[in-house]
Amino acid sequence: MNIVIIGATSAIAKASARIYAERNESLFLIARNESRLVELCSDLKVRGAKSVGTAMLDINKFNEHEKALDSAAEFLGSIDIALICHGSLPNQQQVEINFKSAQKEINTNGVSVISLLTILSEKFITQGHGTIAVITSVAGDRGRQPNYVYGAAKSMVSTYLQGLRGRLFPHKVNIVDIRPGLVDSPMTAGMKKGALWSSPEKVASKIVKGIDNGKHTIYAPAYWRLIMIIVCAFPEFIFKRLKF
Amino acid sequence: MEVSGWGRHPVTTADILEPVDSEMLKKIVTAQKKSDSLICRGAGRSYGDSSLADKIISSRFLDSFLELNETQNTIRCGAGVSLDAILKLCIPRGLFLKVVPGTRYVSVGGAIAADIHGKNHHVDGSFCNHVQSISLMLASGEIFFCSEHENSELFHASCGGMGLTGIIVDATIVLDKISSTSIQQQSLVANNLRECFDLLEENNSSKYSVAWLDCLSRGNELGRSMVFLGEHVDASQSKQNSNSTLKYRASRGINIPFSTPGFLINKLSMSIFNKTYFNLKKAGKQKSNVNYNSFFFPLDNIGIANWNKLYGSKGFVQYQFVIPSDAAFEGIQQVLNKVSSAGKGSFLSVLKKFGPENKNLLSFPKEGYTLALDFKREEQIFPLLDELDQIILEHDGRIYLTKDARMSEAVFKAGYSNWEDFLKIKTQFDPSCIFASKQSNRLGLS
Repeated sequence: MNIVIIGATSAIAKASARIYAERNESLFLIARNESRLVELCSDLKVRGAKSVGTAMLDINKFNEHEKALDSAAEFLGSIDIALICHGSLPNQQQVEINFKSAQKEINTNGVSVISLLTILSEKFITQGHGTIAVITSVAGDRGRQPNYVYGAAKSMVSTYLQGLRGRLFPHKVNIVDIRPGLVDSPMTAGMKKGALWSSPEKVASKIVKGIDNGKHTIYAPAYWRLIMIIVCAFPEFIFKRLKF
Repeated sequence: MEVSGWGRHPVTTADILEPVDSEMLKKIVTAQKKSDSLICRGAGRSYGDSSLADKIISSRFLDSFLELNETQNTIRCGAGVSLDAILKLCIPRGLFLKVVPGTRYVSVGGAIAADIHGKNHHVDGSFCNHVQSISLMLASGEIFFCSEHENSELFHASCGGMGLTGIIVDATIVLDKISSTSIQQQSLVANNLRECFDLLEENNSSKYSVAWLDCLSRGNELGRSMVFLGEHVDASQSKQNSNSTLKYRASRGINIPFSTPGFLINKLSMSIFNKTYFNLKKAGKQKSNVNYNSFFFPLDNIGIANWNKLYGSKGFVQYQFVIPSDAAFEGIQQVLNKVSSAGKGSFLSVLKKFGPENKNLLSFPKEGYTLALDFKREEQIFPLLDELDQIILEHDGRIYLTKDARMSEAVFKAGYSNWEDFLKIKTQFDPSCIFASKQSNRLGLS
């Protein structure tokens, strides 16, 4: 199989790529930091990847998306799986009062994904098969005080994916929305970790399994589905008083 | 955040930093102020306070494989890679680590900093004997390549140097070729300590050897034990075909979310020991082929991943020492007498014969015998351990830093005669002494 991973050096992406490398798949990695890309490339080769290609991309330079994805298609031939993993966790206090910061975060976590999806959809329609999987977040299920800017961006992507799923269905392309809960990764450095936290490796194994099985929406781990049902069930007049 | 070693004592509050590459690591190291201590931590499998400081750099995200050379049988990887990950990668390729400790869940960086040993020390030496080179980030933020031939002083200070000379970023390790993951195990019974020593001595040419000791038995039965010997099975000479024998097996137990009362661990180990011991006694001697996991990593296989919680909420202290061969029997006998009459030790202890020491300045192993004892933490054990220290020193022995949580500076310095040479090199490369742990502060190394 041929897999392209965007935001490849993020912890969940790295762990997912390693699973695919152990299965001797071909991978194309897109990320911003060159030295980390080079390191991941050798790691995946050692683990057994058939071939690994890379491209550098600053995700907020939308006009460079097409070129990066073209080079992926060129390197891999056809793309069986596109996994979009990039993201950033905003400083909520800052994005609440500073629109420029909020806009940047919404671009990173939301708009940039839609740009990539637009380009990828055309490619996948032409090939007539494949899976596009995107890491969103349980934070997109309901807006909450401590991270609603991040949540709004993620929710935008989730809504977009629901529609795109229908559009690509006749073309035999599956769309997977991956919603991780709390993940103990560099993105959440400095946060206090507890029982509900999962490792990037655990989330990655759920992602790969979900893609294998043609799932639509994956909560990773699965108990987050239940947690989010409860979170979403609170009546608004109570919820607006909650600080979590 | 509250953090402790594997023994869960002592507990300290620390900032944990998790750099994802050497660039980020450099920023952390060069911003470090002299006033608080900074130490690198791998998988957190050292028992006491060697990986505890005000600021802890975790190597967990420095976990890339960089190169696997299957003609020279070497692997270069980040310090945060676990031995388990190496085995998972290497076993299907017919390669195995030259030295493995009692658990697969240690990091490469930790294994080097502690210069860990395995059941084959008397034949193959310790982990660092098979480390070709390391990349070490110094206090200045520069990365030095260190090996036997290049920056060799720094290499021998850093191998076994408990992370005090700098931060190991990556390392190149020499691997062993195997044709099967099976170990031909031979189990023998020793009715007392003398017999146990004799068996270990007689079987000195056996690649792997270790003894499990009942350290609560007294009198004639003092040191009653089982001796386990092992050799790698040569697949070409056995009926199994190598495809099925070169298989990595993951078997991680469950994590228990709470501490159990301390007496449970004694019950558990006692029942395992007694069952095997009396069966073996009936049979006299037993030969069997066992999987590498159960031979090397029995504690990873008891079904409980965090078995350290079995010692109760106060944690435990592991006490491991080595005494040179000529004085070993007498010294260990004295230790066992003291422990069994105090009735304080945990039931099971491990005895092992060491081969000659290497050139690393703070490495623990030296020619002789090593015994490891667990003590559930309670206030009464600390004076007892102080008394044991004296027995060890009288017999020219020393205590393993990786297990230690309480030894005094004087006991350390008496046991590790190269400490001054070590300190000289540390001071040369870390002049403002930014790398320090709670342990190194206690032992006068920082």
